[in-house]
Amino acid sequence: MSLEFSAESKERIAALLQKYPTKMAATLPVLWIAQEQFGWVSEDAVRLVAATLEVPESHVHGVATFYTMYNKKPVGRLHIQVCTNISCMLCGSDGTLEAFEKRCGLKAGQTNEDFTLQEVECLAACGTAPAVQINDKYYEPVQADDVPALVDRLLAETKEGA
Amino acid sequence: MSERVVTQNFGNEKAKEIATYESLGGYQALRKAVKMSPDEIIAEVKKANLCGRGGAGFPAGVKWSFIPKDAQTVYMVINADEGEPGTFKDRWLMHWDPHRLIEGACIAAYAIRSHKIYIYIRGELIEGARLLDKAVAEAYDKGYLGASMAGSGWAMDFVVHRGAGAYICGEETALLNSLEGRRGWPRLKPPYPAIKGLFGQPTVVNNVETLMNVPSIIERGGQWFADLGVDGDGGTRCAAVSGHVKSPGVYEVPVGTNLRTILDQYAGGMRDTPVKGVIPGGSSFPVLTNEEIDVPWANSMMRNDKIRSVEVRPGQPFLWGGGKELKSGPGSGAIIVMDQSTDMVRACARIVKFYAHESCGQCTPCREGGHWVATIVQRIADGNGKPSDLEMISSAAGGIGGTTICALGDAVSWSVLGFLTKFRDEFIAKVSG
Ligand SMILES: Cc1cc2nc3c(=O)[nH]c(=O)nc-3n(C[C@H](O)[C@H](O)[C@H](O)COP(=O)(O)O)c2cc1C
Ligand code: SF4
Ligand code: FES
Repeated sequence: MSLEFSAESKERIAALLQKYPTKMAATLPVLWIAQEQFGWVSEDAVRLVAATLEVPESHVHGVATFYTMYNKKPVGRLHIQVCTNISCMLCGSDGTLEAFEKRCGLKAGQTNEDFTLQEVECLAACGTAPAVQINDKYYEPVQADDVPALVDRLLAETKEGA
Repeated sequence: MSERVVTQNFGNEKAKEIATYESLGGYQALRKAVKMSPDEIIAEVKKANLCGRGGAGFPAGVKWSFIPKDAQTVYMVINADEGEPGTFKDRWLMHWDPHRLIEGACIAAYAIRSHKIYIYIRGELIEGARLLDKAVAEAYDKGYLGASMAGSGWAMDFVVHRGAGAYICGEETALLNSLEGRRGWPRLKPPYPAIKGLFGQPTVVNNVETLMNVPSIIERGGQWFADLGVDGDGGTRCAAVSGHVKSPGVYEVPVGTNLRTILDQYAGGMRDTPVKGVIPGGSSFPVLTNEEIDVPWANSMMRNDKIRSVEVRPGQPFLWGGGKELKSGPGSGAIIVMDQSTDMVRACARIVKFYAHESCGQCTPCREGGHWVATIVQRIADGNGKPSDLEMISSAAGGIGGTTICALGDAVSWSVLGFLTKFRDEFIAKVSG
Protein backbone atom coordinates (compact mmCIF):
# COMPACT_ATOMS: atom_id res chain seq x y z
CA MET A 1 0.00 0.00 0.00
CA SER A 2 1.41 3.36 -0.81
CA LEU A 3 0.61 6.41 1.26
CA GLU A 4 0.04 10.04 0.31
CA PHE A 5 0.38 13.21 2.30
CA SER A 6 -2.85 15.18 2.66
CA ALA A 7 -3.12 18.64 1.13
CA GLU A 8 -2.66 20.15 4.59
CA SER A 9 0.45 18.09 5.28
CA LYS A 10 1.87 19.05 1.90
CA GLU A 11 1.38 22.69 2.69
CA ARG A 12 3.13 22.32 6.03
CA ILE A 13 6.03 20.50 4.40
CA ALA A 14 6.43 23.21 1.78
CA ALA A 15 6.60 25.82 4.53
CA LEU A 16 9.11 23.74 6.47
CA LEU A 17 11.49 23.42 3.56
CA GLN A 18 11.93 27.21 3.56
CA LYS A 19 13.46 27.01 7.00
CA TYR A 20 16.51 24.87 6.26
CA PRO A 21 19.30 25.08 3.70
CA THR A 22 19.01 21.35 2.89
CA LYS A 23 16.02 19.08 2.36
CA MET A 24 17.55 16.44 4.58
CA ALA A 25 17.30 18.79 7.55
CA ALA A 26 13.53 18.50 7.36
CA THR A 27 13.69 14.75 8.04
CA LEU A 28 12.63 14.98 11.69
CA PRO A 29 9.81 17.48 11.21
CA VAL A 30 8.46 15.65 8.16
CA LEU A 31 8.50 12.38 10.10
CA TRP A 32 6.45 14.20 12.76
CA ILE A 33 3.94 15.25 10.14
CA ALA A 34 3.77 11.67 8.88
CA GLN A 35 3.17 10.36 12.38
CA GLU A 36 0.45 12.94 12.99
CA GLN A 37 -1.33 12.05 9.79
CA PHE A 38 -0.95 8.26 9.85
CA GLY A 39 -0.77 7.65 13.60
CA TRP A 40 2.56 5.83 13.40
CA VAL A 41 5.61 5.54 11.16
CA SER A 42 5.30 2.46 8.97
CA GLU A 43 7.80 1.42 6.32
CA ASP A 44 5.40 2.93 3.79
CA ALA A 45 5.54 6.21 5.65
CA VAL A 46 9.33 6.01 5.63
CA ARG A 47 9.26 5.56 1.85
CA LEU A 48 6.90 8.49 1.47
CA VAL A 49 9.12 10.78 3.58
CA ALA A 50 12.20 9.68 1.62
CA ALA A 51 10.52 10.38 -1.71
CA THR A 52 9.19 13.73 -0.50
CA LEU A 53 12.61 14.89 0.65
CA GLU A 54 14.56 13.21 -2.14
CA VAL A 55 16.83 11.40 0.31
CA PRO A 56 17.59 7.66 0.46
CA GLU A 57 15.06 5.43 2.18
CA SER A 58 17.85 3.97 4.27
CA HIS A 59 18.54 7.43 5.64
CA VAL A 60 14.95 7.98 6.75
CA HIS A 61 14.75 4.46 8.12
CA GLY A 62 17.91 5.04 10.15
CA VAL A 63 16.52 8.28 11.55
CA ALA A 64 13.06 6.90 12.31
CA THR A 65 14.53 4.01 14.27
CA PHE A 66 17.09 6.14 16.14
CA TYR A 67 14.48 8.37 17.82
CA THR A 68 12.18 6.76 20.36
CA MET A 69 9.19 9.03 19.82
CA TYR A 70 8.47 7.82 16.31
CA ASN A 71 6.12 4.90 16.81
CA LYS A 72 7.29 2.07 14.63
CA LYS A 73 4.14 0.14 15.55
CA PRO A 74 0.56 1.34 16.04
CA VAL A 75 -0.09 2.54 19.58
CA GLY A 76 -3.19 2.33 21.78
CA ARG A 77 -5.72 5.09 22.15
CA LEU A 78 -3.95 6.11 25.35
CA HIS A 79 -0.19 6.03 24.99
CA ILE A 80 0.98 6.04 28.60
CA GLN A 81 4.63 6.76 29.38
CA VAL A 82 5.73 6.56 32.98
CA CYS A 83 9.05 8.08 34.01
CA THR A 84 10.96 5.78 36.35
CA ASN A 85 14.21 7.73 36.40
CA ILE A 86 15.92 8.80 39.60
CA SER A 87 13.79 11.71 40.85
CA CYS A 88 10.56 9.94 40.00
CA MET A 89 11.83 6.73 41.54
CA LEU A 90 12.58 8.62 44.77
CA CYS A 91 8.98 9.84 44.77
CA GLY A 92 7.24 6.52 44.12
CA SER A 93 7.22 5.87 40.36
CA ASP A 94 7.60 2.10 40.83
CA GLY A 95 4.18 2.08 42.47
CA THR A 96 2.76 4.33 39.76
CA LEU A 97 3.96 2.01 37.01
CA GLU A 98 2.57 -1.02 38.83
CA ALA A 99 -0.79 0.69 39.21
CA PHE A 100 -0.91 1.38 35.47
CA GLU A 101 0.03 -2.22 34.72
CA LYS A 102 -2.81 -3.40 36.91
CA ARG A 103 -5.42 -0.95 35.61
CA CYS A 104 -4.51 -1.43 31.94
CA GLY A 105 -3.92 -5.17 32.15
CA LEU A 106 -0.51 -4.84 30.55
CA LYS A 107 3.16 -5.05 31.34
CA ALA A 108 5.38 -2.09 30.46
CA GLY A 109 6.29 -2.37 26.80
CA GLN A 110 2.98 -3.90 25.73
CA THR A 111 -0.02 -2.67 23.76
CA ASN A 112 -3.66 -3.74 23.76
CA GLU A 113 -6.77 -2.27 22.21
CA ASP A 114 -6.93 0.76 24.48
CA PHE A 115 -3.46 1.26 25.85
CA THR A 116 0.21 1.31 25.10
CA LEU A 117 2.20 1.32 28.33
CA GLN A 118 5.86 2.26 28.43
CA GLU A 119 8.54 3.08 30.94
CA VAL A 120 10.43 6.21 29.85
CA GLU A 121 13.47 8.14 30.92
CA CYS A 122 13.43 11.55 32.60
CA LEU A 123 10.70 13.80 31.16
CA ALA A 124 12.12 17.06 32.59
CA ALA A 125 9.34 17.13 35.17
CA CYS A 126 11.36 15.88 38.13
CA GLY A 127 10.07 18.57 40.51
CA THR A 128 6.53 17.26 40.14
CA ALA A 129 7.39 13.57 40.33
CA PRO A 130 6.27 10.94 39.53
CA ALA A 131 5.70 12.27 36.02
CA VAL A 132 3.61 10.59 33.34
CA GLN A 133 3.04 11.53 29.72
CA ILE A 134 -0.21 10.37 28.12
CA ASN A 135 -0.47 11.14 24.42
CA ASP A 136 0.55 14.81 24.06
CA LYS A 137 0.10 15.81 27.68
CA TYR A 138 2.01 15.66 30.93
CA TYR A 139 0.34 14.57 34.17
CA GLU A 140 2.32 15.37 37.30
CA PRO A 141 2.49 14.13 39.92
CA VAL A 142 0.73 10.80 39.49
CA GLN A 143 0.87 8.56 42.54
CA ALA A 144 -0.35 4.96 42.43
CA ASP A 145 -3.64 5.95 44.06
CA ASP A 146 -4.38 8.49 41.33
CA VAL A 147 -4.08 5.99 38.50
CA PRO A 148 -7.52 4.31 38.27
CA ALA A 149 -9.49 7.57 38.24
CA LEU A 150 -7.09 9.20 35.78
CA VAL A 151 -7.34 6.30 33.35
CA ASP A 152 -11.16 6.23 33.62
CA ARG A 153 -11.38 9.94 32.95
CA LEU A 154 -9.09 9.89 29.92
CA LEU A 155 -10.80 6.83 28.48
CA ALA A 156 -14.14 8.59 28.74
CA GLU A 157 -12.72 11.75 27.16
CA THR A 158 -11.15 9.96 24.21
CA LYS A 159 -14.33 7.98 23.64
CA GLU A 160 -16.36 11.17 23.42
CA GLY A 161 -13.84 12.57 20.98
CA ALA A 162 -13.97 9.49 18.77
CA MET B 1 14.35 37.01 48.08
CA SER B 2 17.44 37.76 46.17
CA GLU B 3 17.70 39.23 42.69
CA ARG B 4 15.63 37.41 40.09
CA VAL B 5 17.06 37.65 36.60
CA VAL B 6 15.57 34.78 34.64
CA THR B 7 12.59 33.91 36.84
CA GLN B 8 11.24 37.43 37.35
CA ASN B 9 8.10 36.60 35.37
CA PHE B 10 7.42 33.26 37.03
CA GLY B 11 3.81 33.16 38.18
CA ASN B 12 2.68 35.88 35.79
CA GLU B 13 0.55 34.04 33.24
CA LYS B 14 0.35 37.16 31.05
CA ALA B 15 4.09 37.60 30.66
CA LYS B 16 4.23 35.07 27.84
CA GLU B 17 2.22 37.54 25.75
CA ILE B 18 4.37 40.07 23.97
CA ALA B 19 2.38 43.15 25.04
CA THR B 20 2.82 42.29 28.71
CA TYR B 21 6.45 41.33 28.24
CA GLU B 22 7.09 44.70 26.58
CA SER B 23 5.21 46.59 29.26
CA LEU B 24 7.55 45.02 31.83
CA GLY B 25 10.56 46.39 29.95
CA GLY B 26 10.94 43.51 27.53
CA TYR B 27 12.87 43.96 24.26
CA GLN B 28 14.47 47.19 25.55
CA ALA B 29 17.76 45.30 25.87
CA LEU B 30 17.54 44.19 22.25
CA ARG B 31 16.90 47.79 21.16
CA LYS B 32 19.96 48.84 23.13
CA ALA B 33 22.07 45.95 21.85
CA VAL B 34 21.53 46.70 18.17
CA LYS B 35 23.01 50.16 18.78
CA MET B 36 26.15 48.55 20.17
CA SER B 37 28.77 46.78 18.09
CA PRO B 38 28.93 42.97 18.26
CA ASP B 39 32.33 43.23 19.93
CA GLU B 40 30.99 45.54 22.62
CA ILE B 41 28.28 43.01 23.43
CA ILE B 42 30.78 40.18 23.65
CA ALA B 43 32.99 42.29 25.93
CA GLU B 44 30.04 42.96 28.25
CA VAL B 45 29.09 39.27 28.42
CA LYS B 46 32.71 38.36 29.11
CA LYS B 47 32.81 40.89 31.91
CA ALA B 48 29.62 39.34 33.32
CA ASN B 49 31.35 35.98 33.81
CA LEU B 50 28.27 34.25 32.46
CA CYS B 51 29.09 30.54 32.51
CA GLY B 52 27.07 28.04 30.49
CA ARG B 53 24.06 26.61 32.32
CA GLY B 54 23.77 23.46 30.19
CA GLY B 55 26.27 21.36 32.13
CA ALA B 56 29.83 22.17 31.18
CA GLY B 57 29.95 25.72 32.56
CA PHE B 58 32.02 27.26 29.76
CA PRO B 59 32.06 31.12 29.73
CA ALA B 60 29.54 32.27 27.12
CA GLY B 61 31.35 35.44 26.04
CA VAL B 62 34.54 33.52 25.43
CA LYS B 63 32.67 30.93 23.35
CA TRP B 64 31.13 33.68 21.23
CA SER B 65 34.52 35.24 20.59
CA PHE B 66 35.74 32.02 18.90
CA ILE B 67 33.50 32.65 15.88
CA PRO B 68 35.77 33.81 13.03
CA LYS B 69 35.12 37.49 12.29
CA ASP B 70 35.11 36.98 8.54
CA ALA B 71 32.63 34.08 8.51
CA GLN B 72 29.90 34.43 5.88
CA THR B 73 27.17 32.25 7.40
CA VAL B 74 26.97 31.83 11.17
CA TYR B 75 24.32 29.96 13.17
CA MET B 76 23.01 30.46 16.68
CA VAL B 77 21.52 27.31 18.19
CA ILE B 78 19.55 27.11 21.42
CA ASN B 79 19.85 23.87 23.32
CA ALA B 80 16.40 23.15 24.79
CA ASP B 81 16.81 19.40 24.81
CA GLU B 82 16.82 19.25 28.62
CA GLY B 83 17.27 15.57 29.31
CA GLU B 84 19.77 15.16 32.13
CA PRO B 85 17.86 13.33 34.88
CA GLY B 86 16.85 15.73 37.63
CA THR B 87 16.82 18.77 35.34
CA PHE B 88 13.58 20.63 34.68
CA LYS B 89 14.41 24.34 34.80
CA ASP B 90 14.50 25.01 31.04
CA ARG B 91 10.98 23.65 30.71
CA TRP B 92 9.78 26.07 33.40
CA LEU B 93 11.80 28.96 31.95
CA MET B 94 10.30 28.48 28.49
CA HIS B 95 6.84 28.06 29.95
CA TRP B 96 6.87 31.30 31.93
CA ASP B 97 8.98 33.59 29.81
CA PRO B 98 9.45 32.56 26.17
CA HIS B 99 10.09 36.14 25.02
CA ARG B 100 13.07 36.52 27.34
CA LEU B 101 14.61 33.53 25.57
CA ILE B 102 13.88 34.98 22.13
CA GLU B 103 15.32 38.34 23.16
CA GLY B 104 18.46 36.82 24.67
CA ALA B 105 19.04 34.62 21.65
CA CYS B 106 18.59 37.58 19.28
CA ILE B 107 21.23 39.56 21.14
CA ALA B 108 23.59 36.60 21.15
CA ALA B 109 23.02 35.93 17.46
CA TYR B 110 23.70 39.57 16.62
CA ALA B 111 26.91 39.46 18.68
CA ILE B 112 28.22 36.54 16.64
CA ARG B 113 26.98 38.15 13.38
CA SER B 114 24.36 35.49 12.71
CA HIS B 115 21.05 35.92 10.92
CA LYS B 116 19.54 32.62 11.95
CA ILE B 117 18.54 31.07 15.24
CA TYR B 118 17.43 27.48 15.61
CA ILE B 119 15.97 26.25 18.86
CA TYR B 120 16.16 22.49 19.35
CA ILE B 121 13.44 21.61 21.84
CA ARG B 122 13.04 18.08 23.12
CA GLY B 123 10.24 16.19 21.42
CA GLU B 124 8.23 15.51 24.56
CA LEU B 125 7.72 19.21 25.26
CA ILE B 126 4.85 19.61 22.85
CA GLU B 127 3.18 22.28 24.95
CA GLY B 128 6.46 24.18 25.21
CA ALA B 129 6.96 24.07 21.44
CA ARG B 130 3.46 25.47 20.90
CA LEU B 131 4.11 28.32 23.31
CA LEU B 132 7.35 29.11 21.55
CA ASP B 133 5.72 29.02 18.11
CA LYS B 134 3.21 31.54 19.34
CA ALA B 135 5.83 33.80 20.91
CA VAL B 136 7.98 33.65 17.77
CA ALA B 137 5.02 34.63 15.60
CA GLU B 138 4.35 37.60 17.91
CA ALA B 139 7.99 38.68 17.71
CA TYR B 140 7.88 38.58 13.90
CA ASP B 141 4.68 40.64 13.96
CA LYS B 142 6.28 43.29 16.13
CA GLY B 143 9.42 43.44 14.03
CA TYR B 144 11.82 41.98 16.58
CA LEU B 145 12.38 39.14 14.15
CA GLY B 146 12.36 39.35 10.37
CA ALA B 147 13.98 41.58 7.80
CA SER B 148 15.05 44.29 10.23
CA MET B 149 15.44 43.21 13.84
CA ALA B 150 14.13 46.00 16.09
CA GLY B 151 14.60 48.47 13.24
CA SER B 152 18.33 47.81 12.97
CA GLY B 153 18.41 46.67 9.37
CA TRP B 154 19.89 43.37 10.60
CA ALA B 155 17.80 40.39 9.42
CA MET B 156 17.00 37.70 11.97
CA ASP B 157 15.14 34.43 11.54
CA PHE B 158 14.05 32.06 14.26
CA VAL B 159 13.12 28.42 13.68
CA VAL B 160 11.55 26.12 16.26
CA HIS B 161 12.77 22.56 15.68
CA ARG B 162 11.47 19.62 17.68
CA GLY B 163 13.58 16.64 18.69
CA ALA B 164 12.06 13.17 18.75
CA GLY B 165 13.26 11.37 21.84
CA ALA B 166 16.98 10.74 22.25
CA TYR B 167 18.85 11.97 25.33
CA ILE B 168 22.13 12.06 23.47
CA CYS B 169 20.88 14.91 21.26
CA GLY B 170 21.48 17.25 24.20
CA GLU B 171 25.19 16.86 23.53
CA GLU B 172 25.91 19.80 21.28
CA THR B 173 27.44 18.03 18.28
CA ALA B 174 24.81 15.26 18.37
CA LEU B 175 22.25 18.05 18.43
CA LEU B 176 23.79 19.59 15.32
CA ASN B 177 23.63 16.26 13.49
CA SER B 178 20.03 15.89 14.56
CA LEU B 179 19.22 19.39 13.30
CA GLU B 180 20.72 18.43 9.97
CA GLY B 181 18.20 15.58 9.82
CA ARG B 182 20.54 12.78 10.83
CA ARG B 183 20.83 10.35 13.69
CA GLY B 184 22.05 12.09 16.82
CA TRP B 185 25.61 10.86 16.87
CA PRO B 186 28.16 13.09 18.59
CA ARG B 187 30.98 14.33 16.38
CA LEU B 188 34.66 14.13 17.09
CA LYS B 189 36.09 17.45 18.30
CA PRO B 190 38.03 19.30 16.97
CA PRO B 191 36.78 20.86 14.80
CA TYR B 192 34.67 22.69 17.36
CA PRO B 193 31.25 24.02 16.38
CA ALA B 194 32.60 27.59 16.47
CA ILE B 195 34.69 26.68 13.43
CA LYS B 196 32.63 23.97 11.76
CA GLY B 197 29.17 23.49 13.22
CA LEU B 198 25.68 23.39 11.76
CA PHE B 199 25.69 22.67 8.01
CA GLY B 200 29.48 23.00 8.21
CA GLN B 201 29.32 26.66 9.26
CA PRO B 202 30.56 28.42 12.42
CA THR B 203 27.97 27.87 15.13
CA VAL B 204 27.38 28.70 18.78
CA VAL B 205 25.27 26.35 20.90
CA ASN B 206 23.97 27.73 24.18
CA ASN B 207 21.57 26.48 26.81
CA VAL B 208 18.18 28.13 27.34
CA GLU B 209 18.99 29.55 30.76
CA THR B 210 22.38 30.86 29.61
CA LEU B 211 20.72 32.98 26.92
CA MET B 212 17.91 34.21 29.14
CA ASN B 213 20.47 36.03 31.27
CA VAL B 214 21.70 38.08 28.34
CA PRO B 215 18.99 40.81 28.20
CA SER B 216 19.63 41.80 31.83
CA ILE B 217 23.38 41.83 31.25
CA ILE B 218 22.96 44.27 28.37
CA GLU B 219 20.55 46.43 30.35
CA ARG B 220 22.35 46.55 33.66
CA GLY B 221 25.93 45.84 32.67
CA GLY B 222 28.36 42.96 32.91
CA GLN B 223 29.83 44.17 36.18
CA TRP B 224 26.43 44.14 37.90
CA PHE B 225 25.92 40.54 36.80
CA ALA B 226 29.40 39.43 37.79
CA ASP B 227 28.89 40.95 41.25
CA LEU B 228 25.77 38.86 41.84
CA GLY B 229 27.87 35.70 41.74
CA VAL B 230 31.30 34.67 42.90
CA ASP B 231 34.77 34.98 41.49
CA GLY B 232 34.79 34.03 37.80
CA ASP B 233 31.24 32.67 37.95
CA GLY B 234 28.66 35.44 37.67
CA GLY B 235 24.97 35.96 38.16
CA THR B 236 22.26 33.74 39.51
CA ARG B 237 21.43 30.14 38.72
CA CYS B 238 18.25 28.16 38.61
CA ALA B 239 18.34 25.33 41.10
CA ALA B 240 15.92 22.61 40.03
CA VAL B 241 15.42 20.75 43.30
CA SER B 242 13.78 17.32 43.27
CA GLY B 243 13.55 14.28 45.49
CA HIS B 244 12.89 14.12 49.21
CA VAL B 245 12.44 17.82 50.02
CA LYS B 246 9.20 19.42 51.17
CA SER B 247 8.92 21.83 48.24
CA PRO B 248 10.60 20.65 45.08
CA GLY B 249 10.79 23.32 42.39
CA VAL B 250 12.91 25.80 40.48
CA TYR B 251 14.61 28.39 42.68
CA GLU B 252 16.79 31.17 41.33
CA VAL B 253 19.70 31.75 43.68
CA PRO B 254 22.88 33.81 43.49
CA VAL B 255 25.75 31.70 42.16
CA GLY B 256 27.68 30.55 45.21
CA THR B 257 24.70 30.18 47.55
CA ASN B 258 25.35 27.51 50.16
CA LEU B 259 23.98 24.19 48.95
CA ARG B 260 22.42 23.29 52.30
CA THR B 261 20.72 26.69 52.38
CA ILE B 262 19.13 25.92 49.01
CA LEU B 263 17.64 22.73 50.47
CA ASP B 264 16.57 24.24 53.78
CA GLN B 265 15.48 27.75 52.90
CA TYR B 266 14.30 27.50 49.32
CA ALA B 267 13.14 23.90 48.98
CA GLY B 268 11.48 23.83 52.39
CA GLY B 269 13.83 21.39 54.10
CA MET B 270 13.59 17.63 54.18
CA ARG B 271 10.22 15.95 53.84
CA ASP B 272 10.64 13.02 56.24
CA THR B 273 14.14 12.14 57.34
CA PRO B 274 17.54 13.89 57.20
CA VAL B 275 19.78 14.05 54.15
CA LYS B 276 21.73 11.02 53.10
CA GLY B 277 23.02 12.14 49.72
CA VAL B 278 22.70 15.05 47.29
CA ILE B 279 23.56 15.08 43.60
CA PRO B 280 24.28 18.75 42.95
CA GLY B 281 24.34 19.03 39.14
CA GLY B 282 22.26 16.44 37.33
CA SER B 283 22.64 12.70 37.59
CA SER B 284 26.02 12.53 35.89
CA PHE B 285 27.70 14.56 38.62
CA PRO B 286 29.21 12.76 41.63
CA VAL B 287 26.92 12.48 44.66
CA LEU B 288 27.77 14.26 47.91
CA THR B 289 27.21 13.10 51.48
CA ASN B 290 25.42 15.13 54.13
CA GLU B 291 28.84 16.21 55.46
CA GLU B 292 29.79 17.74 52.10
CA ILE B 293 26.91 20.08 51.32
CA ASP B 294 27.97 23.14 53.33
CA VAL B 295 29.66 24.51 50.22
CA PRO B 296 28.97 27.31 47.73
CA TRP B 297 26.87 25.98 44.84
CA ALA B 298 29.14 27.13 42.01
CA ASN B 299 31.68 25.80 39.55
CA SER B 300 34.28 26.18 42.31
CA MET B 301 32.88 22.99 43.92
CA MET B 302 35.34 21.16 41.68
CA ARG B 303 38.15 22.60 43.82
CA ASN B 304 36.46 22.77 47.22
CA ASP B 305 38.44 21.14 50.04
CA LYS B 306 35.28 20.25 51.92
CA ILE B 307 34.38 17.81 49.18
CA ARG B 308 36.20 14.53 49.08
CA SER B 309 37.66 13.54 45.71
CA VAL B 310 36.08 10.70 43.81
CA GLU B 311 38.25 7.58 43.80
CA VAL B 312 38.68 4.75 41.34
CA ARG B 313 39.37 2.50 44.29
CA PRO B 314 40.14 3.35 47.93
CA GLY B 315 43.10 5.71 48.08
CA GLN B 316 43.38 6.16 44.31
CA PRO B 317 41.86 9.43 43.05
CA PHE B 318 40.02 9.38 39.72
CA LEU B 319 41.69 11.93 37.46
CA TRP B 320 40.00 13.77 34.62
CA GLY B 321 40.64 16.63 32.18
CA GLY B 322 44.42 16.93 32.37
CA GLY B 323 44.89 15.20 35.70
CA LYS B 324 42.49 17.11 37.94
CA GLU B 325 40.88 15.36 40.87
CA LEU B 326 37.13 14.92 40.44
CA LYS B 327 34.85 16.44 43.06
CA SER B 328 31.46 17.64 41.84
CA GLY B 329 29.68 20.67 40.43
CA PRO B 330 26.40 22.44 39.70
CA GLY B 331 26.34 21.00 36.17
CA SER B 332 22.89 21.33 34.66
CA GLY B 333 21.40 22.93 37.79
CA ALA B 334 19.60 19.81 39.00
CA ILE B 335 19.80 19.12 42.71
CA ILE B 336 18.56 15.62 43.53
CA VAL B 337 17.99 15.12 47.23
CA MET B 338 17.95 11.70 48.86
CA ASP B 339 16.97 11.08 52.48
CA GLN B 340 17.89 8.34 54.96
CA SER B 341 15.39 5.93 53.46
CA THR B 342 17.24 5.82 50.13
CA ASP B 343 18.96 2.64 49.01
CA MET B 344 22.06 4.21 47.44
CA VAL B 345 22.99 1.11 45.47
CA ARG B 346 19.56 1.08 43.85
CA ALA B 347 19.78 4.79 43.11
CA CYS B 348 23.18 4.23 41.51
CA ALA B 349 21.84 1.28 39.51
CA ARG B 350 18.98 3.37 38.14
CA ILE B 351 21.28 6.17 37.06
CA VAL B 352 23.87 3.99 35.37
CA LYS B 353 21.12 2.00 33.62
CA PHE B 354 20.03 5.28 32.08
CA TYR B 355 23.46 6.15 30.70
CA ALA B 356 24.03 2.62 29.42
CA HIS B 357 20.67 2.76 27.67
CA GLU B 358 21.34 6.17 26.12
CA SER B 359 24.79 5.39 24.74
CA CYS B 360 24.74 5.97 20.99
CA GLY B 361 27.09 3.05 20.54
CA GLN B 362 29.88 4.73 18.57
CA CYS B 363 32.63 4.19 21.16
CA THR B 364 33.38 0.73 22.52
CA PRO B 365 34.23 1.80 26.10
CA CYS B 366 30.92 3.64 26.46
CA ARG B 367 28.80 1.04 24.69
CA GLU B 368 30.30 -2.09 26.27
CA GLY B 369 31.59 -0.61 29.52
CA GLY B 370 28.31 1.14 30.27
CA HIS B 371 26.29 -2.05 29.96
CA TRP B 372 28.85 -4.02 31.89
CA VAL B 373 28.83 -1.58 34.81
CA ALA B 374 25.03 -1.31 34.75
CA THR B 375 24.69 -5.09 34.92
CA ILE B 376 27.05 -5.40 37.85
CA VAL B 377 25.52 -2.58 39.88
CA GLN B 378 22.05 -3.97 39.25
CA ARG B 379 23.05 -7.40 40.42
CA ILE B 380 24.52 -5.94 43.60
CA ALA B 381 21.33 -3.94 44.15
CA ASP B 382 19.32 -7.12 43.73
CA GLY B 383 21.41 -8.89 46.37
CA ASN B 384 23.18 -11.15 43.90
CA GLY B 385 26.57 -9.46 43.91
CA LYS B 386 29.96 -10.81 44.93
CA PRO B 387 32.74 -9.00 46.84
CA SER B 388 34.89 -9.08 43.69
CA ASP B 389 32.22 -7.04 41.88
CA LEU B 390 33.46 -3.84 43.49
CA GLU B 391 36.83 -4.18 41.81
CA MET B 392 35.10 -4.96 38.53
CA ILE B 393 33.12 -1.73 38.76
CA SER B 394 36.29 0.19 39.52
CA SER B 395 38.22 -1.15 36.59
CA ALA B 396 35.34 -0.92 34.13
CA ALA B 397 34.05 2.51 35.20
CA GLY B 398 37.57 3.84 35.70
CA GLY B 399 38.39 2.92 32.11
CA ILE B 400 35.52 4.69 30.35
CA GLY B 401 35.90 8.34 31.33
CA GLY B 402 38.21 10.36 29.13
CA THR B 403 38.40 7.76 26.37
CA THR B 404 35.27 8.55 24.39
CA ILE B 405 33.97 10.93 21.71
CA CYS B 406 31.54 12.68 24.01
CA ALA B 407 31.02 13.20 27.72
CA LEU B 408 28.32 10.56 28.08
CA GLY B 409 31.12 8.10 28.68
CA ASP B 410 32.37 10.34 31.48
CA ALA B 411 28.88 10.42 32.95
CA VAL B 412 29.03 6.66 33.54
CA SER B 413 32.38 6.91 35.32
CA TRP B 414 31.50 10.03 37.28
CA SER B 415 28.16 8.86 38.58
CA VAL B 416 29.11 5.29 39.48
CA LEU B 417 32.46 6.08 41.01
CA GLY B 418 30.82 8.90 42.97
CA PHE B 419 28.37 6.51 44.59
CA LEU B 420 31.00 3.85 45.14
CA THR B 421 33.39 6.32 46.78
CA LYS B 422 30.87 8.04 49.03
CA PHE B 423 28.60 5.11 49.91
CA ARG B 424 30.99 2.19 49.68
CA ASP B 425 29.65 0.68 52.93
CA GLU B 426 26.27 0.16 51.34
CA PHE B 427 27.82 -1.67 48.41
CA ILE B 428 29.94 -3.77 50.78
CA ALA B 429 26.95 -4.61 52.96
CA LYS B 430 25.07 -5.89 49.91
CA VAL B 431 27.86 -8.05 48.57
CA SER B 432 28.69 -9.63 51.91
CA GLY B 433 25.06 -10.21 52.87
C1 LIG C 1 25.38 13.51 26.99
C2 LIG C 1 25.19 14.98 27.09
C3 LIG C 1 23.92 15.52 27.19
C4 LIG C 1 23.73 16.90 27.27
N1 LIG C 1 22.46 17.39 27.37
C5 LIG C 1 22.27 18.74 27.41
C6 LIG C 1 20.96 19.28 27.47
O1 LIG C 1 19.96 18.55 27.50
N2 LIG C 1 20.81 20.63 27.50
C7 LIG C 1 21.90 21.47 27.46
O2 LIG C 1 21.72 22.68 27.49
N3 LIG C 1 23.14 20.98 27.42
C8 LIG C 1 23.36 19.64 27.38
N4 LIG C 1 24.64 19.16 27.28
C9 LIG C 1 25.76 20.12 27.18
C10 LIG C 1 25.97 20.58 25.74
O3 LIG C 1 26.83 19.66 25.08
C11 LIG C 1 26.63 21.95 25.65
O4 LIG C 1 27.72 21.98 26.48
C12 LIG C 1 25.72 23.07 26.04
O5 LIG C 1 24.53 23.06 25.30
C13 LIG C 1 26.40 24.39 25.81
O6 LIG C 1 25.59 25.46 26.27
P1 LIG C 1 26.06 26.37 27.50
O7 LIG C 1 27.49 26.70 27.28
O8 LIG C 1 25.17 27.56 27.40
O9 LIG C 1 25.85 25.57 28.73
C14 LIG C 1 24.85 17.77 27.24
C15 LIG C 1 26.13 17.22 27.16
C16 LIG C 1 26.31 15.84 27.09
C17 LIG C 1 27.68 15.30 27.00
S1 SF4 D 1 30.71 8.40 24.53
FE1 SF4 D 1 28.92 7.06 24.29
S2 SF4 D 1 27.27 8.42 23.70
FE2 SF4 D 1 29.17 9.59 23.40
S3 SF4 D 1 29.71 9.25 21.26
FE3 SF4 D 1 30.74 7.63 22.42
S4 SF4 D 1 29.28 5.87 22.42
FE4 SF4 D 1 28.14 7.71 21.80
S1 FES E 1 13.27 11.84 36.74
FE1 FES E 1 11.18 11.62 36.14
S2 FES E 1 10.81 13.48 35.13
FE2 FES E 1 12.90 13.65 35.62
